[in-house]
Amino acid sequence: MKAPHIPGLPPHQPKPLTHNEPRVLHKVEHRARLKEHELYQGEYPIVIEGLVNRFGTQVVHDNLSLKVRRGEILGVVGGSGSGKSVLMRSIIGLQMPAAGKILVFGRSIEDHHEESEIDIRSRWGVLFQGGALFSTLTVGENVEVPLREFYPEIEEELRHEIARYKVRLSGLPEEATSKFPSQLSGGMVKRAGLARALSLDPELLFLDEPTAGLDPIGAAAFDKLTRELTDILGLTVFLITHDLDTLHEICDRVAVIADRTIIAVGTIPELMASDHPWIQEYFNGPRGRAALASQELAKAMDSPEESLD
Amino acid sequence: MREWADFSVENIAGGGTRVVLTGPLLVSTVGALDRELREWEGPADEIDLSDCSPVDTVGAWTVWRFVRDTGAKVIGASHEAESLIEAVKSSQSTAPIAPPHVPVFERVPEAVGHMVYHWRGGVFRLLNFFGAILISFYWLMRNPTRGHWNSFVRQVELVGVTSLGIIGLMSFLIGIVIAQQGAVQLEQFGAEIYTINLTGRLSLRELGILMTAIMVAGRSGSAFAAQIGTMKLTEEVDAMRTIGVSPIEALVIPRILASVLLLPLLGFYSALIAIFGGAVISALTLEIPLFTFLSRIQEVVPMHDLWVGLIKGPVFGLIVAMAGCYQGMQVEANAEEVGLRTTKAVVQAIFMVIVLDAFFAVFFTEVGWG
Repeated sequence: MKAPHIPGLPPHQPKPLTHNEPRVLHKVEHRARLKEHELYQGEYPIVIEGLVNRFGTQVVHDNLSLKVRRGEILGVVGGSGSGKSVLMRSIIGLQMPAAGKILVFGRSIEDHHEESEIDIRSRWGVLFQGGALFSTLTVGENVEVPLREFYPEIEEELRHEIARYKVRLSGLPEEATSKFPSQLSGGMVKRAGLARALSLDPELLFLDEPTAGLDPIGAAAFDKLTRELTDILGLTVFLITHDLDTLHEICDRVAVIADRTIIAVGTIPELMASDHPWIQEYFNGPRGRAALASQELAKAMDSPEESLD
Repeated sequence: MREWADFSVENIAGGGTRVVLTGPLLVSTVGALDRELREWEGPADEIDLSDCSPVDTVGAWTVWRFVRDTGAKVIGASHEAESLIEAVKSSQSTAPIAPPHVPVFERVPEAVGHMVYHWRGGVFRLLNFFGAILISFYWLMRNPTRGHWNSFVRQVELVGVTSLGIIGLMSFLIGIVIAQQGAVQLEQFGAEIYTINLTGRLSLRELGILMTAIMVAGRSGSAFAAQIGTMKLTEEVDAMRTIGVSPIEALVIPRILASVLLLPLLGFYSALIAIFGGAVISALTLEIPLFTFLSRIQEVVPMHDLWVGLIKGPVFGLIVAMAGCYQGMQVEANAEEVGLRTTKAVVQAIFMVIVLDAFFAVFFTEVGWG
């Protein structure tokens, strides 16, 4: 796997990068001919350059560029209506950009590909905000849908087994497998959505506000689950959120969308050092401070000897 | 080419069998291997993963299932493969994928029982709704200035004015069909001239108002149910109650009044257009001049045909509006229910309209308005 989780070590330590954009991009493209049985080994599974999105005369994104590193959880924040979800929809090909280039696993979503190559859509899982489970199918059947679609050669028995363990892996009780989405609570719907997103063992996972509408306990549990699965399965996670606790708790880096573009990407301490007014207000506002304080408190309690220093 | 996962069998030096897996163990490559490993019979002592890379959870599951069934020992697994096997092992379950299938002779009585039980609740809710409407009407009579007249005017526009086009077109075509088809039959007796009686009486008594009621049920009854249902979902109705505005007065009464007032008018308009349609087709194919047709209408259609149509109008309007508003107010759970309730509102309204129309047909003939 790509990001092995070694107990006792921090799960992911991205290397510092040199800024040599064209060469890196060229390298990525060169490696693009991924076969179905190969995992992506490049450094940036998602590369966005000069993205422009417009709805009528309203410009949502203007010359937006972003690179997501393999194996990281990238948090994406921004005010309401700043185009976070539109960015995600552009990456997964639901929204055609007006201009710019989006490479996922080194390949543009619009490219036609040879038969032996992978379908990018089998390499990613998406958790939509409302779960977006198919309401006429049970949770187990929902998980089976992508498997049926992409890998018809998998026997029914194995498919059922995969559905069962994915449901449990997403933190749902066994009984939830045969329930319909309407019989589940909000938190369970999110977990079921996650199980479906993980159905194909994706390398990339998109989460759109996974903890919105969950109570703090449920949200913390979901954060923990996301981190654990990322480390076990070696995922790269693109996570849209408003939840400051989520950002502090599990994100390796945070990208900030404001003024129609990405104004900063970095770890939270790096961002807090920035003097952009929106970032200052976001992370150094009362809620940002509270989330930071609780995060520091939790760390201190986990390792008391350090807090004595 | 896709590279498939494969396996070979070796004998261990000290005795026993070793299964050696090769190639990537991924969801995309494990399909064939899984089938063969499932058919494996007899014991196996070791399963060698040292040639397997990469591995994902599906590959790990396949290995784990083999280990579970044969008792083999995993050797040569990378650290990641081990942690994946550990993860799927702790996540295994035997839960069914779909709820158990109930045989039809149990399912049908169960469904019937549920339906009967729900009818009982439905009767109470319907009485409740009627009661609330009667009380609201009583208050409106006592204090007309409290009525939501803006909303009423808006509903008059939506139910009446904006439907003039579609009802006109429909009625014109129906007039053509009655006259043309009637003429074909009457011609056999040399009685084409009775096409005028047929078109005039049928439009004014029956088809004008009936088709209008069906159109309004489809157009406005469904809109009532969907609007009120959505307002229930977004808690707008609850917000009204907490502010002290009665949702029955604000939402239901204006819609009912608008429908009751407008259906006779629309029905009359529809009948006129249908007669005109009949006149046009008669002028074109039967050589009855347009104005002869129209003036003959005056002579052959008795006045009570008009009254029959006009009396039925408000009743049909009441049914359509009540069905729409009642179903809308019953929405509780989710967006799906809005759709179901809307369908129900239209079906109930049309059904009730046709039942009552049959009743009226017999009634008016019996009282001598035949």
